[in-house]
Order: sequence, then structure tokens, then C-alpha cells
Amino acid sequence: MSEEALIVLENVNKWFGPLHVLDGVNLTVDRGEVVVVIGPSGSGKSTLCRAINRLEPINSGTITFDGRFLPEEGRALARLRSEVGMVFQSFNLFAHKTILQNVMLGPVKVRREKAAVVHDRAMSLLERVGIANQAQKYPAQLSGGQQQRVAIARALAMQPKALLFDEPTSALDPEMVGEVLDVMTSLAKDGMTMVVVTHEMGFARHAANRVVFMADGQLVEQAPPAEFFANPKSDRAKDFLSKILSH
Amino acid sequence: MDVFSDPANVDVYVTGFLWILKLTIAGTVGALVLGVVLAAMRVSPVPVLRWFGAAWVNIFRNTPLTLIIFFCYFGLFSTLGFSASDDIDRNNYWLGVIGLSVYTAAFVCEAIRSGINTVPAGQAEAARAIGMSFFQTLTMIILPQAGRAVIAPLGSIFIALAKNSTIVGTIGLAESSNAMKDLINANGDQVISIFLAFAGTFAIVLIPTGYGFGWLARRLAVKR
Repeated sequence: MSEEALIVLENVNKWFGPLHVLDGVNLTVDRGEVVVVIGPSGSGKSTLCRAINRLEPINSGTITFDGRFLPEEGRALARLRSEVGMVFQSFNLFAHKTILQNVMLGPVKVRREKAAVVHDRAMSLLERVGIANQAQKYPAQLSGGQQQRVAIARALAMQPKALLFDEPTSALDPEMVGEVLDVMTSLAKDGMTMVVVTHEMGFARHAANRVVFMADGQLVEQAPPAEFFANPKSDRAKDFLSKILSH
Repeated sequence: MDVFSDPANVDVYVTGFLWILKLTIAGTVGALVLGVVLAAMRVSPVPVLRWFGAAWVNIFRNTPLTLIIFFCYFGLFSTLGFSASDDIDRNNYWLGVIGLSVYTAAFVCEAIRSGINTVPAGQAEAARAIGMSFFQTLTMIILPQAGRAVIAPLGSIFIALAKNSTIVGTIGLAESSNAMKDLINANGDQVISIFLAFAGTFAIVLIPTGYGFGWLARRLAVKR
């Protein structure tokens, strides 16, 4: 059981109107693997990430998580989503709840765990991401980098089998990118299964097991980071890398 | 002699405003509960519920309140035989509460719905992403933020409700406008002072209420 891949996408297609945003995508993510998805804007990488927990329904193909097909909208899908953590570009912390409440809400309301148990776990997670001393504040009182670290703690509080990151550092001021990437790197080292959509090539180089390059809705090329950055095979990838690495 | 030096007249005045107070409180509770449910229907994924919510708003928002109150009396009570109490005043009171709630709920629904539009889509996505159901997302994440965004307009709606309560006088309840009419009929030489006493009472209570809602809106505003 544990040998089989955690996330499997087979021939996944999705259209936004006439736009073919996911074009026959096949992707397998093993347990404990860190897959970084890169590519130009509009290549479908965010949609791919959001399709894995069905925030974006697909038009055809299959997505399997932990041996089960993604269910239709409803109770079973909610249960699956509770096992897949998600971190968004715009943090999306619950604005009317404190930092601690944000982290505790899922385990207490969705999993029906005891508040006292969750409280301790939430505080140690906030400790881990370095924000325990801000637990009673509201999201708007924190910097972007701090909010994103809380969002990671909120996802971890559900003890997920995998974490999805949808451009987690794209909305951050440059000096705050590092603190978020540090947390993500430490998660990767601890063996968390991660799918990361990002423009941070440094993170892709040092934390990824595999880099996946997307363009025009297609999964063009995938390889270990050292190989991909040193020797991209497709013209699209060469073109993309020459544009971002030339500065 | 001054009209309010007669204790019987003071009693008429006090009784009138007590009815207004009760109508306003019960009407506010009814309209708030109904309005939130209707707003939830209007944003739900179920087409029948959305249709029902929209139909309610279109019907009751565009019907004069006087007609609705009349219907509660002549339709619900006289024709259909619905009776809330054997006591005639209590019965009229509850018919009035029903009419006021049903009517005001349409406005509450629309205010809450506009509040829902102020909540960024990412809030609901984050809630769904941690496994919350539609109902949990709505009641724990969306509505608390939507409600805080529309406290000031809700205040205006409830102030309007307090004043609209006088329309229940048309089906015979001895609320303030009926009390004023009775006092004026009996004391034709003091029309202006009687009018000012009744209008002034509304103003003295409702002006601070309006500021109170403004204060509450600022205090509870969700910072983003």
C-alpha cells in the first residue's frame, strides 16, 4: 500500500471556455516526494495544483489520491480535502479569527478533535513556524511572511498526507520570501509529500526531488532539478530558463 | 389643562410605545433570522433554494407594508382562520410581527447578500480546503464576516422597522400612532404638543440607536 504513489493524475483535461488549461496531463507524485511545478504564467500550473483537491473540477481524465479517485462534491470530498493541506498565494487566513483560532478551526470543527489537544498541537506548530508569540493577534496585524507561515501551520494542523503550495511566495515582499521558503525546506527534509507551484528557482534546485515544467497546459518535461536546470531537453524549457536565469 | 397631566393619557402614551418596542424587538429577531436564512438560500448551490430566496425578496420588497399587514389580518386571520392568541390585542400584535418580519426579512437578506460579496473568494476556498462543508463554510467563515460588513445598513433597516411598526395600528393595535390619534381626537387644542411628544420620542430613541450601530460597525469591522 505504502509503495503505491500518493497522487496520480491520468490524462487530465480542463477547459476554461475555449482555453485548454490542462491538456492531457499525466503526473505521479510518490510518498515523501517534493515536486516543484514551474512554467510561464498561464501555463496551467496553478490549475493543476488546485485540481488535486478539486478546488478546480476537471473535465476529463482521473485524479487518484491515496488509492482513491477524487469524489464528487460532498462529504467524501470534504474528508479528502481535510487530508490534503493547501497553501495559497494570498494566504487566505480567516480574517475574523485570531492566529490560534485559524490553526485550531480545522481539527476542532472538521475532525471533531478535543480543543485542549488541538491547542497544544497548534501552539507547537506555531512555535515551529516561529509565530507562537503572535497567537492572539489577528491576521491583518501580521506581515505577509508571517501570515503565510501561519497558513502553513493551519494546513499542518490537519496532519495532512500531502501539502499543495500554490505560488506561496508570489505575493510577498522580497525580504519575506526567505522565511517562508525556510519553513517549506524544513518540511521537505522531514519527508512531507509536497506539490509546489513556484517561481523560486533556488527552492526548486535545493529542495525538490523533481522539477515539472509546464507550458500551454501541457506537462512538457520533468527531471531531477540538477538535470533539468543544467540540461533542459525541450525548447520551451530552454527558452523559459534563458529568460529567467539571464538576470 | 396640559394633556399629559392626566395619568390616563400618559397611560395611553406609554402603552402605545410599549407596543412599538415589543413589535420592534420581535420583528427584528424574526427579520434577522429569516433574512439570514434567505441570504443563505440565495447563495446556496441548490437552484430551488436560490429561486425561493429571490422570489421572496421580489415579492415582499415590492409590496407596500400596509398591504402585507392587511393581508395578515384579513387573509391569515379572518379568512384562513390563523389565530395566534385568544386575546384580540395579542393576536393583532403577533399578526403584526409576522407581517413586519416577512417584509423586513427581504431587506435584511439583500443587505447580508451584499455583505457576502465583500468577503474575498479565498476565504471560502481556504475553508473548503481544510475540509469544511458548505454549511460550515457559510456559518463559520462567510456569514460572520458578511454580517460585520453590513452592521450599519442593518441598523438603518431596523430603525425603519421601528417606525414601520406604527402601521400595525391599521389593524387595530393601540400602538403609538393610534394612541396619538386618540389623544388628538380628545384634545383638539393641543395637536402640536401631542405630535411633538410622539415624534420626539421616536427621535430621542432612534437617533442614538443610529449612532450606536455606527459605533458597533466600526468596532466589529473585520480588518484585512
